[in-house]
Amino acid sequence: MKFGVIVFPGSNCDHDAFYAVGHNLGQPVEYIWHDSATLGNVDAVILPGGFAYGDYLRCGAIAKFSPVMRAVRAFANSGGLVLGICNGFQILVEAGLLPGALIRNRGLKFICRELRLRAATANSPFTRAAQTDRVLRMPIAHGEGCYFADDRTLDELQAEDRIAFRYLDNPNGSLRDIAGVLNRERNVMGMMPHPERAADPLMGSTDGLAVFHSMLMSQAYPSADRTTVRA
Amino acid sequence: MTITPDLIAQHQLTEGEYRKIVGILGREPTYTELGIFSVMWSEHCSYKSSRVHLKKLPTRGTLVVQGPGENAGIVDIGGGYVIAFKIESHNHPSFIEPFQGAATGVGGILRDIFTMGARPIAVLDSLRFGRLDDTKNGPRNQRILSGVVSGIAHYGNCFGVPTIGGECIFEPCYSANPLVNVFALGVCRKEEVFYAKAAGVGNPVIYVGARTGRDGIHGASMASAEFTEESKQKRPNVQVGDPFMEKLLLEACIEAMRTGAIVGIQDMGAAGLTCSTCEMGSRGEVGIEIELDRVPQRETGMTPYEIMLSESQERMLLVADKGREGEVFQVFKKWNLEAAEIGFVTGDGKLRVRHHGQVVAEIPNRELADEAPLYNRPYTVPIQARQAPGFTIPADVQSALPILLAAPDICSKRGIWEQYDYQVRTNTLTRPEQTDAAIVRIKETGASIAMSLDGNGRYCYLSPREGAQLAVAECCRNLSTVGAEPVAATNCLNFGNPERPEIMAQLVEAIEGMSDACRAFNTPITGGNVSLYNETLGEGIYPTPVIGIVGLMKTAAPVTIPFKNPGRSVILLGGPGGCDETRFGGTQYAKEIVKQLWGLPPALDLDREKRVQSAIREIVVAGLAESAHDLSDGGLAVALAECSFGPAGIGAQVDLSSDLRPEVLAFHEAPSRVLLSTANPNKVAAIAEKYGVEAPVVGITIEREIEIRQRSVTLGTWETKALKAAYDHALEKGVG
Repeated sequence: MKFGVIVFPGSNCDHDAFYAVGHNLGQPVEYIWHDSATLGNVDAVILPGGFAYGDYLRCGAIAKFSPVMRAVRAFANSGGLVLGICNGFQILVEAGLLPGALIRNRGLKFICRELRLRAATANSPFTRAAQTDRVLRMPIAHGEGCYFADDRTLDELQAEDRIAFRYLDNPNGSLRDIAGVLNRERNVMGMMPHPERAADPLMGSTDGLAVFHSMLMSQAYPSADRTTVRA
Repeated sequence: MTITPDLIAQHQLTEGEYRKIVGILGREPTYTELGIFSVMWSEHCSYKSSRVHLKKLPTRGTLVVQGPGENAGIVDIGGGYVIAFKIESHNHPSFIEPFQGAATGVGGILRDIFTMGARPIAVLDSLRFGRLDDTKNGPRNQRILSGVVSGIAHYGNCFGVPTIGGECIFEPCYSANPLVNVFALGVCRKEEVFYAKAAGVGNPVIYVGARTGRDGIHGASMASAEFTEESKQKRPNVQVGDPFMEKLLLEACIEAMRTGAIVGIQDMGAAGLTCSTCEMGSRGEVGIEIELDRVPQRETGMTPYEIMLSESQERMLLVADKGREGEVFQVFKKWNLEAAEIGFVTGDGKLRVRHHGQVVAEIPNRELADEAPLYNRPYTVPIQARQAPGFTIPADVQSALPILLAAPDICSKRGIWEQYDYQVRTNTLTRPEQTDAAIVRIKETGASIAMSLDGNGRYCYLSPREGAQLAVAECCRNLSTVGAEPVAATNCLNFGNPERPEIMAQLVEAIEGMSDACRAFNTPITGGNVSLYNETLGEGIYPTPVIGIVGLMKTAAPVTIPFKNPGRSVILLGGPGGCDETRFGGTQYAKEIVKQLWGLPPALDLDREKRVQSAIREIVVAGLAESAHDLSDGGLAVALAECSFGPAGIGAQVDLSSDLRPEVLAFHEAPSRVLLSTANPNKVAAIAEKYGVEAPVVGITIEREIEIRQRSVTLGTWETKALKAAYDHALEKGVG
């Protein structure tokens, strides 16, 4: 499975995502520059963490206008797998590819911490390899990761089984403990925890590999992912 | 403008220094030239009070590729790779404007690293503040602490370098003189190191990065004076940092270096454009001519004086191969950075500055950059503390331990380091407070680098010489305890006003002590920084030399501090040690329980220390230690408690055979000791014996409790959970 890692000016987890996918997972991977009009022939695309365009104005607010986002949107619309991690999640939300918003952490401080979460559904190309009853350990590192949406959106996410991950010890005040969400078509996911930082035994946890393994399985057995759940 | 004695004094130049300037130029300087000399010859840039003594430091070693004199030291780590590292202070700006002061401190040291071609992969900070519980200054100290920590977090997190360790100490003497020392380390291929050297007459001189504004003018001079009541008005002298711009600069510089079209490169830090031009010229023994009209400017109407002295952040100066500058410009354009050709290299050895075509400064580079006046300032003896306590020392081990664990110097700093992204780049092998030294792996070579920062102002106040040696010993011990071999060092010397002979004596003795210790451990100093005049209204800081040492190790899951399993033998490598009343006066017990400072720091035997370290390294590398933690602040009892703070809360029952008074036995801080747990006590003993080191089995790990006995008499029993609570929550109210 060929991965593309988008590089915005200010992305700083691009190398980490590249290493996790290329080295820990052993898959082909390439960088895609932010002003590129196409994604090339990748099978999945990762929007990495960092501070795209300095996160000035608002996290992801400038990045959504970069040329590559048009290509990402077209790729997503055609069913391609799009994974946004941390700042990548913020960008996907700003771009309207995922619902809700990510606001300042409850304690108003940046938090870097390993914590526990659980896949809230196995019915997605990003979580099918994760058992929902298993506790996963992954780190977070963000200042604006409090997931926020109105009640109707939250109810809808829940009813459509689109909450991908939930915190067991909510660090930032995210509503309904949401750590990651899916789009309606289930091919776009954003999450604040960093699976690429939990992909190497030396880093203390390999639970993040569940996300990448799920993506590989989805490519090998695509039909299983077409079963979207409608409320 | 006429140069008057008043103007000279305002520039902090002495009459003698002014005469030297006139001698060099053969005429009166222009106003711009006066400004240029004043920053280059400031204490901060020229090291004029310390240089005579800095020469005593060892700087050579088999692995040292580049010693002092460049932007950072370079050490060979094998496999075709080198590391670049250095520590720098940003003390004065951090007092005046904590957030930006600390942020730009991080920015400055990161540029020092990547200007050498190395990508920064780790940052550590050594911080000192006034006490947060001070009745008068507590709220201000808290504000400075929060500002500094957020500033470091803001810059490092956005730039994408993990902040992985350091130290944080609280003493009243740092209340109006906080210390912010930032260490950074980067890695690159050995043949891709760049130097800050201009060469090739006719080659273009290119300016890259942020535009020049009026911020930070005379920052270097500000850092070379004591604070007075008026200092708060110096706020405009503190620069404002933009980590996003710096991140772009990093990526663009590394990419531009790969084109092969860059001859030399230097960042613009203290003294900005002045320093980068004359130093690059001086190192390359060439001249540099620039036209200020071509310097990208943020404001209109800037004078040559302002442009030359601005300390606007995120700027670099480079010399490219003539004819290939297009390749360089193309890279910077890709990263949306402004780059401008502002001049060229000449053969006359002079820094020539034009403004609207007119020459406004013309100064020989070498004299300006390297021949600042040197002062062998008079020194007497360091300030003497009372030698004996002269009062009774309370003895209650049971109640003292929780108090010490909650003491500001000892308690968990989680509230600080959780604000730092300590994992970005996925090389950080442990989180802070899990190991005595911070460790990053080098993905390219399969090796790991351990690093630690250490300093102890209390010890150094009691004896600058012994205190500096103890700092080096502890720093090396931290590395050895994780199994790393110390190889090279960098230092940051924070002192008061060197014009006072008793302060100068502290500086001289600390440098000599550090020299001896670095020789003993074979850790040459490859660069560093001196910060003097850390005084406010005549009150100085404790002499605070901070040492940063790096060590090499194989990449593997490191041995961490917490006990892992019950039923393991607890070994006190180095034994219980000895300490009399005089040597007890600098301990945390003296500070927090007795609330006094007296006598001398703990006694150090360098030869013994080295043997203990060799032993622990061999034990750890052989995989015999399940946990390992060196003894330092708070001595044995505090170390034992810290070993019990793992998720399982495993404690220990120990029984010590010693004639020391109970509180001395539990809390004295004699060096050369490491506490470890093992399933193989015999093998550990065999290694210790080989090095002639005591390694008594002092007890056994047990569930949930710590008990300390002396010859079967219980001195104290604690639940590990209660101790951990005291340790974990003490700082919380301070990190607001």
